[in-house]
Amino acid sequence: MTATDNAHDIFAQEDAYAAERETTEGKVYTVTGGDWDELVAAVDPVNDERLIVNLGPQHPSTHGVLRLVCEMEGETVRSIRPVIGYLHTGIEKNLEYRTWTQGCTFVTRADYLAPIFNEVGYCLAVEKLLGVTVPERADVIRVIMMELNRISSHLVALATTGMELGALSMMIYGFRDREKVLDIFEAVSGLRMNMAYVRPGGVAQDLPDDAIRMIRDFVDYMPKGLDDYEGLLSGNAIWQERTQGVAYLDVSGCLALGVTGPVLRSAGLPWDLRKTMPYCGYEDYDFDVPTQTGADAWARYLVRLDEIRESLKIIEQGLAKLRPGPVMVEDKKIAWPAQLALGADGMGNSLNHIRHIMSQSMEALIHHFKLVTEGFRVPAGQVYTAIEAPRGELGIHAVSDGGTRPFRVHMREPSFVNLQAIPAVSEGGLLADVIAGGASLDPVMGGCDR
Amino acid sequence: MSGEMQPVGQEAQGLFGVSGSGDTSGFGGLVRPNPTAGELVSTPEPLGGYFDEVLAALRETHGDEVTRAVVVDRGELTIYIAPDRTAEVCRTMRDDESLRFELCNSVSGVDYPSQANRLHVVYHLTSMTYRRVVRLETAVSADTPVVASVTEVYPTADWQEREVYDMFGVVFDGHPHLTRILMPDDWEGHPQRKDYPLGGISVEYKGAHVPPPDERRAYR
Repeated sequence: MTATDNAHDIFAQEDAYAAERETTEGKVYTVTGGDWDELVAAVDPVNDERLIVNLGPQHPSTHGVLRLVCEMEGETVRSIRPVIGYLHTGIEKNLEYRTWTQGCTFVTRADYLAPIFNEVGYCLAVEKLLGVTVPERADVIRVIMMELNRISSHLVALATTGMELGALSMMIYGFRDREKVLDIFEAVSGLRMNMAYVRPGGVAQDLPDDAIRMIRDFVDYMPKGLDDYEGLLSGNAIWQERTQGVAYLDVSGCLALGVTGPVLRSAGLPWDLRKTMPYCGYEDYDFDVPTQTGADAWARYLVRLDEIRESLKIIEQGLAKLRPGPVMVEDKKIAWPAQLALGADGMGNSLNHIRHIMSQSMEALIHHFKLVTEGFRVPAGQVYTAIEAPRGELGIHAVSDGGTRPFRVHMREPSFVNLQAIPAVSEGGLLADVIAGGASLDPVMGGCDR
Repeated sequence: MSGEMQPVGQEAQGLFGVSGSGDTSGFGGLVRPNPTAGELVSTPEPLGGYFDEVLAALRETHGDEVTRAVVVDRGELTIYIAPDRTAEVCRTMRDDESLRFELCNSVSGVDYPSQANRLHVVYHLTSMTYRRVVRLETAVSADTPVVASVTEVYPTADWQEREVYDMFGVVFDGHPHLTRILMPDDWEGHPQRKDYPLGGISVEYKGAHVPPPDERRAYR
């Protein structure tokens, strides 16, 4: 029998000394022996109401398969413990068994809402290891694709946050407009998600003309849509109540927890790798880094809206910068054929290249075979490249041992790092605000668990 | 660039990684030098740029021997330090006025099986004040894989150190709750180590069997 049971027993006994009794001053306990702390714990009415609520991993409001173990006291969250790993697919391990080019197919599946960013981050790392510079047109195409992807990712962030806070129209509009971006991706690469479009040395193929027309249409269409969504949400009293002052995380908290991206900028620090440590020629584009000072879910919503507008500006400039030219490095030891044409079978192929290797040059055929099956060698060493993904800093730590396969690739995923902030932003608040706070961090579990 | 230093691993033998099979070309006897085994070779100083300032500030606080080796490769600075000194070095990196590395971007592990201290832990730090990046690296053996935890200095390292523990089995001394994070709690082994197989099953397709990726012919 434990001491606590003893304490209960003491109260239960019909004992001349020790019974508890109600008085005008409240309940009076008569204590005879036992451990004082355990005795207090046994009669503490608050302690009894602590409840463990398990949220997820299969729950529509947890952005995928995130599990939150919440310790509740009434409606108040006293502690929260995120459990992740349900979507761990071993992408980093798998990379070590494929060629550097095949790696694109894997990394693109990490953060599935921002595939282009995974690919660009990875390819920048490989290119840095190789010491090659991609052609200007490839850089511009990458920028256009990244900014389109940023818009589609932010639209999903708005849509899912809307859904979780009860603004279901926002969900429908957000996904509807994301669909337009995915149509562009399909026209460009043939795939809507997980395109593996960006390759070490450039991009898989040039932008087709109809894709450029689609991008222009989208850039014309989107500002009006954004104004609508802002009108739909910003003035909405429920939306304001659910987001303002919720999930507060200031700059020092963000830096301590390594939180970057819109969450950091919503706290007032204009840290955007496109400006602070430019890559892909971002230093040549004219755009602002939107910031807010609220450091809450509302501020993050405003930052994301403004970032979509800035992305549209960048896309327009990118379209103006497009000059004819190659989209893949000249070095035939690295470059796969990039001037593809759509065949009758629906597959993209470079007919000139096929004619060359199949009927003109035996050496070219051997070379093509070696490049595709064995891959290219990457000089030994390690690099770290970081780009500004929609959720924050996406870092790729790539190590080569001089072989044709990555020796080690680590993805520093913003979703993974930012999710650590969930206890910081939601403990002490209401359970409903855990959802709003989690949504404002915008985690994608595919990226988090890799 | 210091091509002679690179510490990495697998021994490559034969043109296609083939050994003991019917090699008629004669190339199967080729043995390529392993660029990743062997001693670290520091880049001769001065290193240029902000690299010298960072080193000077670090050595002023911790003494010259704190940097076991310093390598500049592809414009990136790597400082090799002792595994029991990561926490104090990181504290200086964060707090020293001339360093101010406020953000710990990433903590990752690398396994170099050909080295005695095969498990490396790599920290990437960013100074937002000075717009600088630096890489700290430390190495431990698989028998005593203990590295001082930097969670006190950089709370963001919490999950990342758990991931390195999960994937490589590096134990972080001083971490508040070092448990597995991506793999299930009862998982055995550390999957990102090089001696841990990728796994997978062979797939039959039109009567032929395609072996799992780690058993296919290796074009290394």
